[in-house]
Amino acid sequence: MYRYIIKRVLLVIPTLIGAAALVFVLMRLIPGDVCVVRLGSSGGTFDPKAIALCHAELGMDRPLVVQFIDFVWGIMRFDFGTSMWSGNPVTTEIWARLPISLEIAILATVIAIAIAIPLGAVSAVKQNTWIDLVVRLFAVGGTATPSFWLGLVSLLIVLNVTSAVFGTPWMPPIEYVPIWQDPIHNLSMALLPAVTVGYRYAAVSMRMTRSAMLEVMQEDYIRTARAKGLINKLIINRHALKNALLPVVTLIGIEFAFLIGGLVVTEQVFNLNGVGRLFVQAVQNQDYTLTQALVMLTVIIFVISNLLVDLLYAWLDPRIRYA
Amino acid sequence: MVSTTAHTIVAEELAPLPRSRLRRWLAFLIHEPLGALGIVLVLAMATTGTFAELIAPYSPTANDFGAMMEAPSWSHLLGTDQFGRDLLSRIVYGARTAMIVGLSSALVGGTCGLVLGVGSAYFGGRTDLVMQRIFDILMAFPLIIMALAVVAIFGTGVHNVIVAITIPLVPRCARVVRASALAIREIPYVDAARALGFGHLRIILFHMVPNVMAPFLIMVTAFVGQAILAEASLSYLGLGVQEPVPAWGLMLQGGAEEFATSAPWIAIFPGVAIVLSVLGINLFGDALRDTLDPKLRKR
Amino acid sequence: MAHNRDGRCLSLGLMLMLGAVLMFGANAALAGAPKRGGILTYMIPADGGPSLDGHRETTFAVLHATAPFYSVLIRVNPDNPSSTTDFQCDLCTEMPQPTDNGLTYRFKIRKGVKFHDGSPLTAQDVAASWNKIVHPQPGVASARESNFVMVDSITAPDDETVVFKLKFATLTFVPALADPYAYIYSKKKLDQDMHWYEKNIMGSGPFKLTEYQVGQSIKGERNPDYYHPGQPYLDGFVAIFAPKQSVRTDAIRADRAALEFRSLPPSARDQLVRELHDKITVQESDWNCGNVVTPNHQKKPFDDVRVRQALFLAIDQWKGAQALSKIAIIKTVGGIVFPGSPLAATKEELQKLIGYGPDIEAARAEARRLLREAGQEHLEFELLNRNVDQPYKIVGTWLVDEWSKVGLKVSQKVVPTGPWLDAMRSGDFTVALEANCQNVVNPIADVGRWLPHDVQRENYGFFSDPEMVEIHDRMLRETDVDKARILMRKFETRINQQAHQLMVTYWYRIVPMRSYVKGWKISPSHYLNQDLANIWLDK
Repeated sequence: MYRYIIKRVLLVIPTLIGAAALVFVLMRLIPGDVCVVRLGSSGGTFDPKAIALCHAELGMDRPLVVQFIDFVWGIMRFDFGTSMWSGNPVTTEIWARLPISLEIAILATVIAIAIAIPLGAVSAVKQNTWIDLVVRLFAVGGTATPSFWLGLVSLLIVLNVTSAVFGTPWMPPIEYVPIWQDPIHNLSMALLPAVTVGYRYAAVSMRMTRSAMLEVMQEDYIRTARAKGLINKLIINRHALKNALLPVVTLIGIEFAFLIGGLVVTEQVFNLNGVGRLFVQAVQNQDYTLTQALVMLTVIIFVISNLLVDLLYAWLDPRIRYA
Repeated sequence: MVSTTAHTIVAEELAPLPRSRLRRWLAFLIHEPLGALGIVLVLAMATTGTFAELIAPYSPTANDFGAMMEAPSWSHLLGTDQFGRDLLSRIVYGARTAMIVGLSSALVGGTCGLVLGVGSAYFGGRTDLVMQRIFDILMAFPLIIMALAVVAIFGTGVHNVIVAITIPLVPRCARVVRASALAIREIPYVDAARALGFGHLRIILFHMVPNVMAPFLIMVTAFVGQAILAEASLSYLGLGVQEPVPAWGLMLQGGAEEFATSAPWIAIFPGVAIVLSVLGINLFGDALRDTLDPKLRKR
Repeated sequence: MAHNRDGRCLSLGLMLMLGAVLMFGANAALAGAPKRGGILTYMIPADGGPSLDGHRETTFAVLHATAPFYSVLIRVNPDNPSSTTDFQCDLCTEMPQPTDNGLTYRFKIRKGVKFHDGSPLTAQDVAASWNKIVHPQPGVASARESNFVMVDSITAPDDETVVFKLKFATLTFVPALADPYAYIYSKKKLDQDMHWYEKNIMGSGPFKLTEYQVGQSIKGERNPDYYHPGQPYLDGFVAIFAPKQSVRTDAIRADRAALEFRSLPPSARDQLVRELHDKITVQESDWNCGNVVTPNHQKKPFDDVRVRQALFLAIDQWKGAQALSKIAIIKTVGGIVFPGSPLAATKEELQKLIGYGPDIEAARAEARRLLREAGQEHLEFELLNRNVDQPYKIVGTWLVDEWSKVGLKVSQKVVPTGPWLDAMRSGDFTVALEANCQNVVNPIADVGRWLPHDVQRENYGFFSDPEMVEIHDRMLRETDVDKARILMRKFETRINQQAHQLMVTYWYRIVPMRSYVKGWKISPSHYLNQDLANIWLDK
């Protein structure tokens, strides 16, 4: 087991270095830079001297190799530097946005699991009945709906319905307050985006639950259990569902990492000051340091959740461990 | 009973091969109503996209300042947008853009993935290890950065959007194909082929590729839907196809949001078009999977 | 106007109490007496700005977030901000008359003004701040340094006097001095660290900073020691960063925020008014911003004046502006000078220019003829545009359609801000849709952006035109408005006949707000009148 863990962890290192190099190069291939955006974005005239000064200030006049070594050396010391746009430490910028993104990610996961597992199981047990058809259609619908469009339309519906019912339109708050300060304010802000993101997430997990269940129910031990005369419900709960959950857990783990991607557009729709919006902002401002840090963060989350899933698998299934 | 026999007789009079196909299709329709729905939706989209010139009542790009943001009516069935352009016509032409973006991204991404995945599995060892790390990096890498870089370097437009969407599809396809190909590689006949002195390319193309076609086709079908959704997301962030090209994602951006309350049809119809076509493709893909995957077919 | 300016400064400076009472009396009769109290929630239509230092930044996001914390030397009259010529004192006591043939301006500074940390504000602080703007030390960035080429020295002979000495007399000096970014900083802080204000806020304005949440919001509370009597009326404010326009409209609709100060498109205004009736008040104004079509003179065939002229002749500005005003923040057709200014071209003068003719069919026939003559009837090219909806992409989409009417085949290349600027700066484009956005209306300085590349490095037409430079230089040193106006016409005609660049449709500011917001008045620039001191809530 330990050998497996060590091997698995060591494989993470080349991935991280590769990703670091890729983002470094890609960002610099984009024409223009943070100084140009900063001074020119308002459409007024500006002094070219100010651009040269800005470059020097941010160390952008140094050779690329030096900048890259600086960046990698920084990561190794967990020092991501300061944002080229705001001048604040990158960690400050990210910390300020993490709570809302994390909250929505967790909430969306909870919603997704709460919908996906029971519906997926029912769908499998009642395979090819109308219940199955409806659930599957609902699930496929989730994978076919752009989340930002869903957000846009649901916001529109909330506004119009509250306007028609109460006379005054209502929308979720646009300023974030931590949940321990004002739970109602906080949840009314986070719920709608979480549902929007969670629907797709639920849809994917639901399909996985259903097919995993179908597969497990074909297994010999379930047939044996049936032959032994155990009642159906018990079989489903004790045996089938439990074993079907493994791939579902995997998927949830991997999807959690992808959730950040889903948040990029959803946070725009609901004006959430989260990591996703920061990402778009950093890329558009051509803020190299902040973008690099955010990409590395995403890659690390992705790699770690993959690692955890693999280790979980190895722990649950001895065949992998000893292979 | 009688009617069944009659059917059989009628069918038997036809050539034997089409009969079995016809029967399979009929069986498919009955057992897979969702798959049938999927096929209907995909066919509808394909027809609309192909014959856009014949179907669309207006030019999709001509501005008409006399008819800005008109609600759906008999002259404009789905209303007009902020430039007075007929929404129905733009959606009809948009089907073509969606097909171009969806199909080319999926095919190019899928094919590259197929080659890399099979190659990686076939050669194994160090090659496989390096390829795996590269796939890891590409899969972990956020799509938006890739897309922004592509768009910022080469400019927006249909071709660049396709490039931006294709890149992340490659490693995903390669992963799945590699897993299937690894299993095939263990089968003795690949060794036999090698013993007979066949070249690498021949073994890969004629012995391994055909055996991973089932997961490959399933993947590519799913990719078409994902590519259409990715195009919509990119357009929403302003990084996709650009005006005045009629494209669904683009139609949801900017104007749609801005006018969502005063002219909701601008925001709703293109979204419905996306949902229906991706729904169709995904349903079709599910049915295809059930049909192609022998393990599932047994049931 | 001059009377108004002096009268107001006099009342504020010397007859403090009596003057204030009289002024309030007059105001009360017109608009009801301002009520004190309440918190104003407004939105800043951007992501968090870069640094907090107004001197070095150019984006309005910085200004909308920080202006309430600072004082300036002079400003556009907050009660008459739509005027392009009405400037008054903020920290000074009286607008000075220049002496020494217009070369010396001597400002008296208010006594008893305190910074938020309790330290006194004197003429030394004013001079130090202005020197940072006009003559920055090496390593200190000043975004508008080039606006002050006429300034020779800034000194504070005593704690109540600041003296500006000019190199030459010019009409552009006073408006330039009213720059809303020219915050007065503490000399003590600047002496310790010239970059201190990039990360910190500490001024003498109507509000004190209470909380700044990165990328989310900025909050202020009333400064009890503020020097304008009675002001500010608000107990405090909350400013929320909200880059997505649909969110902002929804937020005003659901009263999550009272307004945003930049502009919403006409559709948002119409929708809010239709739904909320008298709960919404709308203020509108022409905007000292607009889009500019810039052909790259270095790229064939745009080195040919006929092709450039054809490009402009094909555009029906009058009809286009009217139609686009329903969907975009666009309304007025104008030349190179802001239409509200005394130096701007009249409609008759405009209609004589290329691209402004009243008969579009004739103009398009002429355009086709010119293209034929130049052998470019089937010209295809790419319009470089910025990835911003309002109004860039709308204007771009409209232009593409207009050009198609004379047989030109144009596609749009839309890129994000950085690559857009980079392509223009490096000359890597054929035709670009640029922006021209200025703050205080200062026509002679504003039109400096049209000067050829060898003088104005940030002109992306890449042409050379010594005649233009010569006219502009004379205009810059002209102190008589009428003579300056004649020179301005010459300058404008020169640009137009050479078809160097074309101003297409001025932007139009539309600020719909909750009707309980009172006291704020719209101006031709979203940079002006943002210290919130005169805003009050009628709740």
